[in-house]
Amino acid sequence: MGVFAPKRETGHARRSQRGAEEPALARWLLIAAALAFCAVFLLLPLANVFVQAFAKGWSFYWASLAHPDSLAAIRLTLLVAAISVPLNVGFGLAAAWAIAKFEFRGKPWLITLIDLPFSVSPVVAGLMFVVLFGLQGFLGPWLQARDLAIIFAVPGMVLATVFITFPFVARELIPVMQATGTEQEQAALTLGASGWQTFWHVTLPSVKWGLIYGIILCNARAMGEFGAVSVVSGHITGQTDTMPLRVEKLYNEYHAPAAFAVASLLALLALLTLGLKTFLEWRQAREHQRAQRDPAILPLGATLDPHEH
Amino acid sequence: MSIELRNVTKRFGEVAAVNNVSFTVEDGELMALLGPSGGGKTTVLRMIAGLEAPTSGDVLIRGRRVNNLSVQQRNIGFVFQNYALFKNMTVFQNIAFGLKIKKWKKDAARERIAELMSLFALDGLERRYPHQLSGGQRQRVAIARALAPKPGVLLLDEPFGAVDAKIRQELREWLVTLHHDLNVTTVFVTHDQEEALEVSKRIVIFSRGRLEQVGSPRDVYEQPVNEFVARFIGVMNVLELEVRDGVGRAGELEFPAGGLPDGHKLRIGFRPHAVEISTDLAQFRYSAVLRHAFFLGVLLRLELELPSGLTLRTRMTKEEYSQLQLEEGRPVSFQIRNYRVLAQEPAPLPPENELIHPPRPMYAENI
Repeated sequence: MGVFAPKRETGHARRSQRGAEEPALARWLLIAAALAFCAVFLLLPLANVFVQAFAKGWSFYWASLAHPDSLAAIRLTLLVAAISVPLNVGFGLAAAWAIAKFEFRGKPWLITLIDLPFSVSPVVAGLMFVVLFGLQGFLGPWLQARDLAIIFAVPGMVLATVFITFPFVARELIPVMQATGTEQEQAALTLGASGWQTFWHVTLPSVKWGLIYGIILCNARAMGEFGAVSVVSGHITGQTDTMPLRVEKLYNEYHAPAAFAVASLLALLALLTLGLKTFLEWRQAREHQRAQRDPAILPLGATLDPHEH
Repeated sequence: MSIELRNVTKRFGEVAAVNNVSFTVEDGELMALLGPSGGGKTTVLRMIAGLEAPTSGDVLIRGRRVNNLSVQQRNIGFVFQNYALFKNMTVFQNIAFGLKIKKWKKDAARERIAELMSLFALDGLERRYPHQLSGGQRQRVAIARALAPKPGVLLLDEPFGAVDAKIRQELREWLVTLHHDLNVTTVFVTHDQEEALEVSKRIVIFSRGRLEQVGSPRDVYEQPVNEFVARFIGVMNVLELEVRDGVGRAGELEFPAGGLPDGHKLRIGFRPHAVEISTDLAQFRYSAVLRHAFFLGVLLRLELELPSGLTLRTRMTKEEYSQLQLEEGRPVSFQIRNYRVLAQEPAPLPPENELIHPPRPMYAENI
């Protein structure tokens, strides 16, 4: 997917631009339109978040974030992400492995299922869990009899988040794994490696970038998810509010500056994620480039066969 | 270590990719599995390695049945068609992989790798990644990696398929030398009969999942057991004969029919060197025109066009050609010294041959 494509194409794009014959005016108009759109719909609102957050000054900003309920929301957000992301990494690896390396009946079905969370509205996803685990739901009475709380508690929120962020890792890995094929793994087997050794030394390194990229996207969504988590959380202040829920609650209670303070933190996390992603793409591109021009690592004399050039 | 297959069959669904195949590879032997694509030879190799399980029949290595042994336990070295080098590892790490897995002592491993690096002319390339190597270097790394843990058997799948012609020739010679030096039992798969004839001591010929013949290059060339082998190995002129008036005929050519009834059909074949040419038009019975002469180095390939439109191919050395003062367009007389009956009442040509060498719209063809 997007992992490898962008930077290998840069060189290409530059070349074809030079060759293209569009009039300069058209080019500038298009670029200006795109930039203007980005400014109005992306940059301006984002900047506004930070402006509003600091509207009442630094001390108010810190006070808003240090409020026990806000701190609880931050902690809960991190907890939910810390549980759901590893779960989905495990699932994503398993699913991508199965889809890319084996032929089995019902494979198209599995691929469709992985995409399900993308197509189902998050609110509906949340409701599914309420219907399943809620007091009026199928398993509700059984759970209550054993004093297990899922809905309106952290387990339910984790479940909802896992469901929503389910496709990210798998979707990133499937194309990378399919492109790699199975020969390298078979080679490892013939050299005596066990399945686990093969996975650890051969499979994982070859999908490294796709995996990291998937984890970043998965994490961003896990921290930012609102709809599904909102339905199952019960909105208990200080207990089941994540950051997005906390923002909404503060805003509805007319604490706009405090709401923006928490929102700015969430936005900052998003920007960090974006930055990290860009950095990784840049590093990967650099690694690739260096590898390309590399015969420089070794003296030229290392080429032993005179006919191999 | 010797390898033996006993009545091995492999089915993929309804299709028998390998059908009741039995043969033995002796200890230290260099053997080729030869056949057209889809003939089942790669499947056989993968079954020896343990990458595929036979549907029925037994695989034995050193006399011991290994059907139930996993790939890891069979102690084989396998070289994949596209080498399957570990892309994220350097040449050194690639070769070291098997040693690391088998928990070799560090010093012993380093010594072994150094030995292989120089044996395979890879010195100085330790820190390169596979994509920084030429095709020939990649192939040598793949073989070095397979040999590093000292396997009892070396298996190679189309080892020369992915390199260009000049390097291929060198690699062939190099593989023969390597085998001679290491004396490890080696089996390789190829669809190129020249490669099989040149490199191996014995050849197993497959077509459509069946074993057609096992033998030395000379055996399969001179004593083919059936039409498929006769036509697959080497170059052959093939003629469809029909018996009329007690003689087998194709165009103006006549062959003794040995008492076969009129209307009987048979297919015969003869090697190019069985056609003898003279510029003395009275010397031999048949006449033809030398239509084309193709220069192949020491040898020339000649195309004779007969008055009936048949085309025959023959070969001669450069010296013979100039001695006879031949040139394109020159009339000649010729005879066919010996030939072989390929099939009686023959069915149309089997599809394998058509796949590789599309039949020409005339009787005699060259395959």
